[in-house]
Amino acid sequence: MLFLSQLINGLQLGSIYALVALGYNMVYGIVKLLNFAHGDIIMVGAYIALFSLNYNHHPVVAALLTVGGCTLLAIVIEKTAYSPLRLAPRLSLLITAIGVSILLQNLAQFFFEARGRAFPADRLLPTGTVSIGDATVSYTSLLTIGISVASMIVLTFIVNKTKLGKAMRAVSEDTGAAQLMGVNVNVVITFTFAVGAALAGVGALMYGVRFPLITPTIGAMLGLKAFVAAVFGGIGSIPGAMIGGFMIGLLEVLVIHMGYSGWADGVVFMLLIIVLLVRPTGIMGRNLMEKV
Amino acid sequence: MQKKFVIPVPVRYAINTVLIAFFLIAANSMIQGGGLGRAQTAIIIQIGYFIILAVSLNIITGYLGQLPLGHAGFMAVGAYAAAIFWRYHFLPDTANIIAGLIIAGVVAGLFGLLIGIPALRFKGDYLAIITLGFGEIIRVLIVNLDWLTNGARGLQMPRSVRYSSFLVVYICVILTCIFIHVIMKSRHGRAILSIRDNEIAAESCGVNTVYYKVAAFVISAFLAGIAGALYAGNFAVLIPSEFDFMMSINILMIVVLGGLGSMFGSVVAAAVLTYLPFLLVPLAEYRMIIFSLMLILMMIFKPSGLMGSYDFSLSRILEKIINFVISKKGGKNDAKV
Repeated sequence: MLFLSQLINGLQLGSIYALVALGYNMVYGIVKLLNFAHGDIIMVGAYIALFSLNYNHHPVVAALLTVGGCTLLAIVIEKTAYSPLRLAPRLSLLITAIGVSILLQNLAQFFFEARGRAFPADRLLPTGTVSIGDATVSYTSLLTIGISVASMIVLTFIVNKTKLGKAMRAVSEDTGAAQLMGVNVNVVITFTFAVGAALAGVGALMYGVRFPLITPTIGAMLGLKAFVAAVFGGIGSIPGAMIGGFMIGLLEVLVIHMGYSGWADGVVFMLLIIVLLVRPTGIMGRNLMEKV
Repeated sequence: MQKKFVIPVPVRYAINTVLIAFFLIAANSMIQGGGLGRAQTAIIIQIGYFIILAVSLNIITGYLGQLPLGHAGFMAVGAYAAAIFWRYHFLPDTANIIAGLIIAGVVAGLFGLLIGIPALRFKGDYLAIITLGFGEIIRVLIVNLDWLTNGARGLQMPRSVRYSSFLVVYICVILTCIFIHVIMKSRHGRAILSIRDNEIAAESCGVNTVYYKVAAFVISAFLAGIAGALYAGNFAVLIPSEFDFMMSINILMIVVLGGLGSMFGSVVAAAVLTYLPFLLVPLAEYRMIIFSLMLILMMIFKPSGLMGSYDFSLSRILEKIINFVISKKGGKNDAKV
């Protein structure tokens, strides 16, 4: 069953995109910033996981270190680079985000060298395959999908049921009004970056398992495609980001399977342009009129 | 009160033309005569096409107030268009250069039109990401259209078509700067600036915003195409991976550090940022770390860039000097002027 194994393959890739897309989506929903550095946080996370696994840490310890490291890094970036620009024009904020992204890439290149390093995926997740019907599917694919879905359920719970989640939704709807109601906007923004980065940490682990060669530039393209997924699903909508991520993953696997692997990146961006032209709010997005 | 002395417009143009011609001839004879080494000349030529790239990106980023991230895509289109045309040697050299440059500009401009119409429906981050997407698509096309571009292996440029001499590059630089200056001082330029400052207000005052946004985009792409052609004429082989996202970012960095909306700033920043790595060879490893830190710090502490929106004007400085001299003399003889 080629179809089933390719489907699982696509869902595995898609769940990575979805995890990353959620981070973009939440940050964009709250500060209206396309956080270019998000992809590079994943790169840093992948390096943390790689080093701690090579240091023979227990997989759970390595995973916690990765998620914690990404969260800390995102908080530091938010506090030092983004929060001084809270009232600045959005163009300045966007340029700063690009600057942070390049800085992270080049720092990684400086400290970890440009050559690729092998990710010890077998130490993180059990290897082996399982047969479903005629198809053989690796444990790692199923585990990746399972862990991603579990993370998304936790996120949905945080956003919908906790007090901070409520504050997040309020800030994304109307920052000024939320502030007047006593919401501490700065705390909420930092919390949003932290949650997004924690998901990015999970994404980094999953990425390392799927593509076990880590270089300082892996974050750039991953981040861009995840942003495409976020736009495709609808900026500001959490289920949208998940669906968008899975769709992009499936599409990419389909294009590669048809033998056009050189065109895969082009097709993803083509999809972005078509979506923006036909339905700029994405499949799950709400229509917002621009106020004068 | 005495009247201020103003240099009449034809005289201004005459002064500038003489100075530009003097600069071109002097520098060219210096290079031809071997006054500058091969490496120095190469850097100066590189600075030349980066100036064109920066001032052309500045039209959109500085004057129109949008942030496209696909400038390297237009550059790539121009580079390949010119390279493919030049390789056939249809015309004698001088005509071949001019025709190639125009073709590069026109093809890139057409791509700009094709991309600008859908992209300019969006603003801010969406425009950034959609132009980035187009830039990547252009690169993917170049890599995959093997029969035309020789794909990822790169397009060989025979020695006979390496046209980017000092004179060719800097004539293009000067024409570009004059062209942008003239446009920005005309009513069309004011319309573009008004869109940056407040699009809705501009539209309600009767400015055709869609037309001017697309026009600015096309002009920018046209000039980037010419810079791409000059880039192609400078190398032995044209490799598509050179025109990636990082190239767009390099150009953006020049514009931002120089000052959004300042042509003089772009020119200075292009020269400094291109020359600095050669000057600080021991620091070459840290180059991008330093540049990106500069970008972040600049946005936090001085978002308008080094020059802000200041533009250099020789005539204005001359006028100041003359007026200063007159006011000194004024006490003795204020009947004149």
